[in-house]
Amino acid sequence: MENILHIAGLGKTYQSAGHTLTVLDNINFSVTTGSTNAIVGPSGSGKTTLLGLCAGLDRSSTGIVELNGISLGELNEDKRAQVRNQHVGFIFQNFQLLPTLTALENVMVPLELRGEKNVKSRALDLLDKVGLAERSHHYPAQLSGGEQQRVSLARAFSNSPKILFADEPTGNLDAETSEKVIRLLFDLNKEAGTTLVVVTHDLELAAKTQRIIRIKGGKLIADEKTNANA
Amino acid sequence: MPEQYIADKRALNIRWLFEMAWRDSRKNRSRLLLFISSIIFGIAALVAIYSFGYNVKNDVDSQAATLIGADLTISSNKPADKSIQPLLNTLGDRRSQERSFASMIYFPKGNGTRLVQVRALQGGFPYYGALETTPSSAGIDFRNGKKALVDQTLMLQFHSNINDLIKVGNVTFLIAGILNKAPGQTNISAGIAPIVYIPLQYLEQTGLQQKGSRINYNYYFKYDHVIDMPKLVKELEPKLEKVNMNYDTINTRKESTGRSFENLTDFLSLIGFIALLLGCVGVASAIHIYIREKIASIAIMRCLGVRAREAFLIYLIQIIGIGLLGSVIGAVLGSLIQHLMPLIFKDFLPITVSTAISWMAVGQGILLGVIISVLFAMLPLIAIRNISPLNTLRMSYENINLLRDPLRWLVYTLIVGFIMVFTWFQLHSWLGSLFFTLGILVAFLILTLTAKALMKLAKMVLNNSWSYLWRQGFANLYRPNNQTIILIVSIGLSTTFICTLFFIQSMLIRQVNITATTNSANMILFDVQTIQKNPIATLTAQYHLPMIQQVPVVTMRIEKVNGKTEAEMKKDTTNQGVRHLFANEFRATYRDTLSATEKIVDGRWQGKAGKANEVPVSVEDRFAKRSHLKVGDHLLFNVQGAPLQAVIASTRSINWSRMQTNFQIVFPKGVLEDAPQFYAMLTHLPSKSASALYQRAVVKQFPNVSIIDLGQLLSVLDDLLSKVADIIKFMGAFSIITGIVVLIASVRISKYQRIQESVLLRTMGASRRQILTITALEYFFLGALSALTGTLIAYVGSWLLAKYSFQIPFSADILPASGIFLAITVLTVAIGLLNSRGILNKPPLEILRRDV
Repeated sequence: MENILHIAGLGKTYQSAGHTLTVLDNINFSVTTGSTNAIVGPSGSGKTTLLGLCAGLDRSSTGIVELNGISLGELNEDKRAQVRNQHVGFIFQNFQLLPTLTALENVMVPLELRGEKNVKSRALDLLDKVGLAERSHHYPAQLSGGEQQRVSLARAFSNSPKILFADEPTGNLDAETSEKVIRLLFDLNKEAGTTLVVVTHDLELAAKTQRIIRIKGGKLIADEKTNANA
Repeated sequence: MPEQYIADKRALNIRWLFEMAWRDSRKNRSRLLLFISSIIFGIAALVAIYSFGYNVKNDVDSQAATLIGADLTISSNKPADKSIQPLLNTLGDRRSQERSFASMIYFPKGNGTRLVQVRALQGGFPYYGALETTPSSAGIDFRNGKKALVDQTLMLQFHSNINDLIKVGNVTFLIAGILNKAPGQTNISAGIAPIVYIPLQYLEQTGLQQKGSRINYNYYFKYDHVIDMPKLVKELEPKLEKVNMNYDTINTRKESTGRSFENLTDFLSLIGFIALLLGCVGVASAIHIYIREKIASIAIMRCLGVRAREAFLIYLIQIIGIGLLGSVIGAVLGSLIQHLMPLIFKDFLPITVSTAISWMAVGQGILLGVIISVLFAMLPLIAIRNISPLNTLRMSYENINLLRDPLRWLVYTLIVGFIMVFTWFQLHSWLGSLFFTLGILVAFLILTLTAKALMKLAKMVLNNSWSYLWRQGFANLYRPNNQTIILIVSIGLSTTFICTLFFIQSMLIRQVNITATTNSANMILFDVQTIQKNPIATLTAQYHLPMIQQVPVVTMRIEKVNGKTEAEMKKDTTNQGVRHLFANEFRATYRDTLSATEKIVDGRWQGKAGKANEVPVSVEDRFAKRSHLKVGDHLLFNVQGAPLQAVIASTRSINWSRMQTNFQIVFPKGVLEDAPQFYAMLTHLPSKSASALYQRAVVKQFPNVSIIDLGQLLSVLDDLLSKVADIIKFMGAFSIITGIVVLIASVRISKYQRIQESVLLRTMGASRRQILTITALEYFFLGALSALTGTLIAYVGSWLLAKYSFQIPFSADILPASGIFLAITVLTVAIGLLNSRGILNKPPLEILRRDV
């Protein structure tokens, strides 16, 4: 299988009050196209930083990140933005919907950015898939947490990404809603054939992916396959 | 790595950017409008002034003929030379002539005297417009007998009526009518030098045409057929120059009046511009906070693939849109306010000014508003480029310093450059614009530093032993998202403006008052003939008044400078600008000592003429500079026919603010004693009533003698200064209103920021009173310190103006300044409390649920 994401010798350090703080140290792994993966670890282990680097939201201090064959380290921020728009989808713990845009407009944005046509009907289709077609003209503040995360899912799949990064997608939801959102996430992912990388400390969620990468103290401590076939 | 995986760089989708700007602004439009409301009054002030300026220009163009009253005016301060008389007799189809001079007049009915401007007129002048009189026929009728037209202010002052008598010199005239307005006259000029018209044929009999009398000779010409005026004046110019006569046509009057008003509107535009700048600081501060709140949205957009430039453009479009809206509202308001301008300026206008909407002014105002709001908003806007998409994962406000960007220096440069260029358009002088810009920057800098010092001090002095309310109120001054800098700058600048205006006005008035009430001279008698000198001294003694000074005055002209005549100097291109040296008649004096207000700047003072061929004279330094004269230059004087060779031995500086006779040229003793001369005599009157009695006695016995009464001058000056101050206050009000709007906007912005905290406090059981106290304390510190800093800057500014510009002793009242300080502090606290009441009056849950 072809790799969509390749990480080699990845490290991230911060300068803080004259001290060097190492958040990630020599991380190496690859993610094959179409697979589902979970990055797990305790709070402060560096998993969100790792996700940010993999998705091109930040620059690494050392090592390389190749996404769909593109070395992100060599790109400036605008180029990385273009890569994100073309190849990457995001789901955040706190949904991160634009508060001044309706649910429909939030889903339309990635498509509009690409200059695509008929964006409205495609966005409505996606909202329909997540069961929110009726709420398309509501603003985020008028939606419940679960509904907001479903809009976020619709937005994440709107640009048909090759890889989807999810940062604690159920972290802000109750158990029942979490279950629904997770089911929807995996269903949509399967349908679209997207690669999924989930950062979580929810082991139940992690177990639903095909592979679990464990991180502790900024180091990769385990990389194991699961029995899941999602 | 293969870049082909990245699609070609996409073009900017402008339509989408506009759409996003519109969508993103949805829930913030009222707040954006509040931010931009700060510039509304600045734009309104400028549009009102510009509209007024354009209307004045148009009206001067259409009414110029009535300002001059004739097609051509020729004037001189000496009788027309015989060589030019034939020309004066043949110019025009209709001709008038007039002699005008200052003289005392006497109202027998009320037993009052007053220095006025007497105009002795012959002929049908004015040919355009009319002498506006009551009754209207009096403007024509007074020319047919011993009749006079008397200015309306004089009539009121002396309770005179039509058909009462008035004595001008030796002749008594019947008041034929009240003069309401003469051509080109304004209410201000009427107040300073009220006019009395008499027929020219009686001037001789008045006995006021004596040696030394300063009389202006005016000749008015009207053409009944179309004439090529530019061609005519081109032919006339050399002839008139030869005999030192000046000319004025409708076009030259149009230009000179237009220029004067252009200077006035330019000056007032600068005051309006200060209001606009003040508003822009408010805009920059508000947008800074707005962008801070938008960091999350911007980070999400960046995550979804929006490029830095696109994110920047989305917010730039919002600012342009809202700047445009604010400017349009300002322009509409300005167009309405301009209807007040003719009323405010009525005393200074020689014409009737219309109030048509000036689209040019509206366009200028809107353009200026958009440019300046974008420029100032650019400071926080450029920071958008640095907002990382990583903020979607982990929001870290403290790591995003929105102003730490090298591009900000470019924006600062653009702002300073814009202020300089705008100011240049008003002042037409780079030095002036540099000083104005520097002044503004220094004031901003001082206020900003004061605010920073306050924050530091608050941090240092904050003591844990204080009650919670005091600690919280104090801490609000320096904690994140504080309003300290913006409020101190805006309130401080407004205070500086009000206080400086107030200090300068009261200093000028006080200066004149001091002179009037001390034992120094407060009355000058001039045009005293040699034979009148001793009788007037005796009369003065009879009234038990001191004769402080008797100053001889000798009139003379300059014929040559360094051996060159006027014609020879004109050929010399290095000696331009000295025409007035030859054209003017000088009044010089002679004495052996310097007066207390004079100081030698260059050369050596010589009080006695030596035996040298050339007489050593002293020249006033500013006059010397203007005339390109220096120590060692040779001057040939014509002292009423007798040539007198002199050399400039020294230049002197003079403090003109003292009530005494000062002269541009002073001769030593031993030269001019035998020349024809007259005297200026100075005395001191202890009271108004003594002054009236003495003036009456002098005018009765010596009608040709003119009197300047400092008491009267004081009331005229007071009136004039009040009128000027009213206009400046009117313009200054825009700054003050802007300051208040910025204050309200800042407080409301801080309300959005502090809502969570106040709600938390209320949730934890803080009472309404406690939250009010915290808020009141914070705004008290802010208001008091900004007002104090503003007052101190005003003190320094007024001191500089007093010392270097007005050259008067500095003094400033503590009491009124304290009043201003108190008023501004109370206003700040009141606005702070009023704007916080929304949080206080509602239950915490309601506010928490509301989408703020």
